[in-house]
Amino acid sequence: MITPLVAQVIPQAGEYVRILPELVLSLFGILIMLLDPLMDEQRGQKTLGLIGFIGTLAGLLATWYMSQSPGLAFSNSIQIDGFSAFFHVLVIAIAALVILSSYEYLAVQHIRAGEYYALILFGTVGMGLMSSAVELVLIFIALEISSISTYILAGFRRYQAASTESSLKYFLLGSFATAFFLYGVAMMFGATGSTNIDKISRYLQSNGVPLLVYIGTALMFVGLGFKLAAAPLHVWTPDVYEGAPAPVVGFMSTAPKAAAFAVLLRIVFAINEPAHFWPVWVAAALSMTIGNLGALVQTNVKRLLAYSSIAHAGYLLVAFAMTTPENWPNGIAAAMFYAAAYAAMNVGAFAVVGHFANAGEQYVTLEDYEGLGRSSPLLAAVLTIFLLSLIGIPITGGFFAKFYVFSAALRANLIWLTLIGVVNSAIGAYYYLRIIVVMYMREPRKQVPVSRVSFGVGTALAVCTFATIYLGIFPNRVLHYAQQSAQNVMPVHVAGSPTSTAEIPAIPRSRP
Amino acid sequence: MVPLSYYLVLSAILFACGVTGFLIKRNVITIFMSIELMLNGVNLSFVAFAAKWHALSGQVFVFFVMVVAAAEAAVGLAIIIAIYRARETLNVDQMNLLKL
Repeated sequence: MITPLVAQVIPQAGEYVRILPELVLSLFGILIMLLDPLMDEQRGQKTLGLIGFIGTLAGLLATWYMSQSPGLAFSNSIQIDGFSAFFHVLVIAIAALVILSSYEYLAVQHIRAGEYYALILFGTVGMGLMSSAVELVLIFIALEISSISTYILAGFRRYQAASTESSLKYFLLGSFATAFFLYGVAMMFGATGSTNIDKISRYLQSNGVPLLVYIGTALMFVGLGFKLAAAPLHVWTPDVYEGAPAPVVGFMSTAPKAAAFAVLLRIVFAINEPAHFWPVWVAAALSMTIGNLGALVQTNVKRLLAYSSIAHAGYLLVAFAMTTPENWPNGIAAAMFYAAAYAAMNVGAFAVVGHFANAGEQYVTLEDYEGLGRSSPLLAAVLTIFLLSLIGIPITGGFFAKFYVFSAALRANLIWLTLIGVVNSAIGAYYYLRIIVVMYMREPRKQVPVSRVSFGVGTALAVCTFATIYLGIFPNRVLHYAQQSAQNVMPVHVAGSPTSTAEIPAIPRSRP
Repeated sequence: MVPLSYYLVLSAILFACGVTGFLIKRNVITIFMSIELMLNGVNLSFVAFAAKWHALSGQVFVFFVMVVAAAEAAVGLAIIIAIYRARETLNVDQMNLLKL
């Protein structure tokens, strides 16, 4: 006998559709874990990787199916809308590309472990949940699912002291930061009596914003800022990125970041009035400056890209600093576009770095890249495209990403922040161009063997290049989608306002 | 009846103890314990707030947090073992391979 009260809580079949990508990915992850001990250690790896890749494709399909039935599920703790579908696609696509590029990397590094692919899938489950969760405790759990998987992945070259060290640093600082996030959740719960973002938003509208909410949001920002590698919570980034396996860095510098941005977008815009949220402004300015200045002096390419990733977190945070409600959709759409463009170019860049690093990751300094333009022109050309996109040169995705963020910021009268951002982009161009100069204009001082690009890496690079250039030439489609789904994130009282969709789409059309 | 604020102050003290331990201790295991202390401080405030709002959900969250903390401990101790094998030390001051 089921009482009506209990019957309310038992999930309906339709609700499971709304976590279908997570279910599919978990199933494939479990399948890999189960098959791993049964497989031949040498040859089984490729099969397991293939299963992982198929899992991500199935996850993409499931996302499409899920996006057909938007709505709430599981006692209002999950919300499926255009916004969460966007981040699902982004995160799962990143996982697919990383699995493709890890194929050869793991063989070269003599890492034999099927659970590598399973962990990527499990991490993706957490990130997917982060983007669709509207319940703070669920967000915390999803954050931990994604973090715990990446802690392990960071230490996957476990016979190398640098890799275990990077894993330890990531783990200790990561759990430290999540404890702050959790304390923030407790504060929100204490202030409003609920952990549901929508309920909190309603409560704050009718009762005003108590001090406890500010403390709570600030504490949550500490936890999320760590995941974003936003200054002043960026200190771990260079160390962890240097020690972790290159494809994993490609993964964890994009996917968890995108997911954390999704959470931050929901929290900042639904709970807090961003107008009062000056820490975002400070964090954006600091991240851009520290990231770019730090990158100037680096000689290790992985470390350099780590600092660049701090800087890019800063550019992205600019989109959060919108002060007036009518500019919010612009900011959200710009941030979503930036996350997608950054994912395409950064996964690609780290795939090249991972391929080039060779066994034991010996070739990762700028000196090793000398003469790469002549010894393997195609690899160098692809890396050049990604670096140009990271600078923000037109016809690459990076250009429009920066353009939208800064034009949204200008429209919201954030003149100082835009100025800091533009100056920083100019500084950033220096160190990206330095890699390009080293590749094409220097004579190689030592012999660096470059192995043939395998099918997996080749495919991943092709997809990343295509995505980077596609976003640079036809940004309209993605941006338009982002703008539509930005409405889903807006709190109820602002979403209905007629001023929302502003003129951003008019700008790309003016291009020849 | 003990007022709510007492619990909250106690939980804040626990959390602060954890933060201090994290910052000043040099042994990895002790640092890890400090993190657990922080989480338990948060748990206390969850329970206290649950009593304030008469909402059971606050108490349920504590169980979620415990489960997550257990998972984190499993992974954390494995990482600590891996690093001990590679370096034969648990002092964080000696984890200095990755530096500028």
